[in-house]
Amino acid sequence: MIEAIMSMSGMALVAGLGLGYAAIKFHVEENPLVKNLESALPSTNCGNCGFPGCHAYAEALADDDQQVPIALCSPGGTHAMEAIAAILGVEAVAMEEHGPRTAYIHEEKCIGCTACIKACPVDAIVGANKQSHTVITDICTDCEACVEPCPVDCIEMVPLPTTINSWQWLKPGDPSTIH
Amino acid sequence: MGILNLALKKFHGGVHPKENKDLAKHCPIEELPMPKRLYVPLQQHSGTACEPCVKPGDKVFKGQLIGRTIANVSSPVHAPTSGTIEAILDHVVGHYSGLTDQCVVLLPDGNDQWDPSLKGLDNPFEADSKAIRDKVRDAGVVGLGGAVYPTHIKLSPPRGKPVDVMLINGVECEPYITNDTRIMEERSREIVEGAQLMMRAIQCSSCLICIEANKPGAIQAMEKAVEGVPNFRVVVLPVRYPQGAKNQLIEAITHRQVPSGGRSTDTGATVQNVATSAAVRDAVLYGRPLIRRVVTVSGRGIVRPANLDVPIGTPIQDLIDHCGGLKPGVQQIIMNGPMMGTALHDLQSPVVKATAAVLAFMPNEIHNEPEQPCIRCGNCLEVCPVELTPCEIVWRAKHDLIDQLPEVHVKDCIECGSCAYACPANIPLVHYIRYGKMAVAAKRNEKEKTEMTRLRNQAKLARLEAEKAEKERKKEEMRLASEARKKAAAAAPKPAADAPAAPAAPAPTSTVESHS
Repeated sequence: MIEAIMSMSGMALVAGLGLGYAAIKFHVEENPLVKNLESALPSTNCGNCGFPGCHAYAEALADDDQQVPIALCSPGGTHAMEAIAAILGVEAVAMEEHGPRTAYIHEEKCIGCTACIKACPVDAIVGANKQSHTVITDICTDCEACVEPCPVDCIEMVPLPTTINSWQWLKPGDPSTIH
Repeated sequence: MGILNLALKKFHGGVHPKENKDLAKHCPIEELPMPKRLYVPLQQHSGTACEPCVKPGDKVFKGQLIGRTIANVSSPVHAPTSGTIEAILDHVVGHYSGLTDQCVVLLPDGNDQWDPSLKGLDNPFEADSKAIRDKVRDAGVVGLGGAVYPTHIKLSPPRGKPVDVMLINGVECEPYITNDTRIMEERSREIVEGAQLMMRAIQCSSCLICIEANKPGAIQAMEKAVEGVPNFRVVVLPVRYPQGAKNQLIEAITHRQVPSGGRSTDTGATVQNVATSAAVRDAVLYGRPLIRRVVTVSGRGIVRPANLDVPIGTPIQDLIDHCGGLKPGVQQIIMNGPMMGTALHDLQSPVVKATAAVLAFMPNEIHNEPEQPCIRCGNCLEVCPVELTPCEIVWRAKHDLIDQLPEVHVKDCIECGSCAYACPANIPLVHYIRYGKMAVAAKRNEKEKTEMTRLRNQAKLARLEAEKAEKERKKEEMRLASEARKKAAAAAPKPAADAPAAPAAPAPTSTVESHS
């Protein structure tokens, strides 16, 4: 028992020291802009922007030559886009808004394969093997990462209905305002 | 002395809109006949909504619990009469948006039979704070002045903040509305008893009943009711809107201001509406929940203005029908006062605990001019009772400078409408401010969600990492074990007899050996 603990802690210590040393020795100076941009993104690495993860998108944004659009992050929404615009010092643009949505699992079709659970970057899907799964709407970020892996196509992105609690005042004069 | 007193009792700003209380102030409270159907919303208070605890087909008594809650800032909902639960469905409620909310539909059986299990406290005027508070909470009593904040919370002042004065709010500063006036005239004794019970609950020693000078009948009735009752006094205030807002009333009476983001207990005062006080009495003395309220039906578009005692959940249409219907040419029907009320989209919306009035306006009672540019006259600054700069808030909201809204203290606005009333350019200031408040909240929520997303994602990655490491470790352990066994087998191939360790792990050994 003691030996096991000692040997494991010894290994951990060696590995830890090694990693610590490597982190200092092989430290790569990173563009602080990338770090800044990354903090504005939700870091779910959903790949919706077309880049492999939030870091890659941040790098592409920081690169002047690439001219990447700033409104590609759909889970981050307008909030993330505005933050990016502020960091890069460019004008905010209109987001392609489809309104808030959530993933919805048609439970009668679900076979309980857990593929979507593995794909969800924020653990918003609950369920077990051969048990029907379901989405926790409050946590879902609308990233669509679960739609593709589903083998029976039972996941759909549905718009969130406006309830009394989520309803927002519009500005006076807005044509959709009833007054 | 009287005039001096009136002049001294003042809060900052305010306006004096035409009172229009003559329409209904002499109409005694009359009971509305039981409607055919009641739609009782499960959220009628500020705080968490209730969960229904009945199902369609259930028979309920009058006063039986139909919506329960476990949250602290919440309040239960009870059946307004005996009958059968027809359904639990989404029904239109009197909300700005015209959207629906979950309601329990009750078919009255006509017997109006009280739940026999409802009981009051045995010795209510000697009961301790907790007993009174529990009765008030279980009866679903909320502030009936308009904010519908659960009363039991207001009866538990935070530790270290003693309340030295309780103000009973009979100000009723909104034009047209007269239900509190009538309650004070007709139920003054009940109000005083309720106030005495609340004073026991919060352990405060003095009580002031605050009434504006335009209600001589109510002043007289209340003065008579407090005669001989120790520590009670009636205070007459000059007429000024929004004096009935709790922070403004505290300022007018005590000259202390509630700090931004603070609660009234920070000033050592607490405010309760007159109707709430009467409801507290019914709850503590008889265990009767809040299932009815008095509603003023008025406005020049109503054939016969009245003050009606109605069950919660009654469709507004029934009230109007009882009052002779609408006159031809009615332009707008609103719930509650003209300054802070809600335009009704659908007359099937039910009366809720927050409904003090239903007003029908003819075109000459509504001011609906097109918005013009701000001329920077400063009227809104002068009348704002919270001493904000409404024009600055509106300018930022109009141009979507949401990040700058907190610096002009948008959240402190009480949405009283004084600025919009005083604006010569017809700018709907309150509407802009509400838009701004919601935009600030939406932005904050979005930020919180992004932060939560980040944390959840990190947690998931960490978990996957840990699972992987654990797998590796197990693999490594298996490998080491099998190697050790192989070594042992190689070192001692022959002696089968000297192995006390051999039977310890027979099964895995065999599989590993079969592999090698």
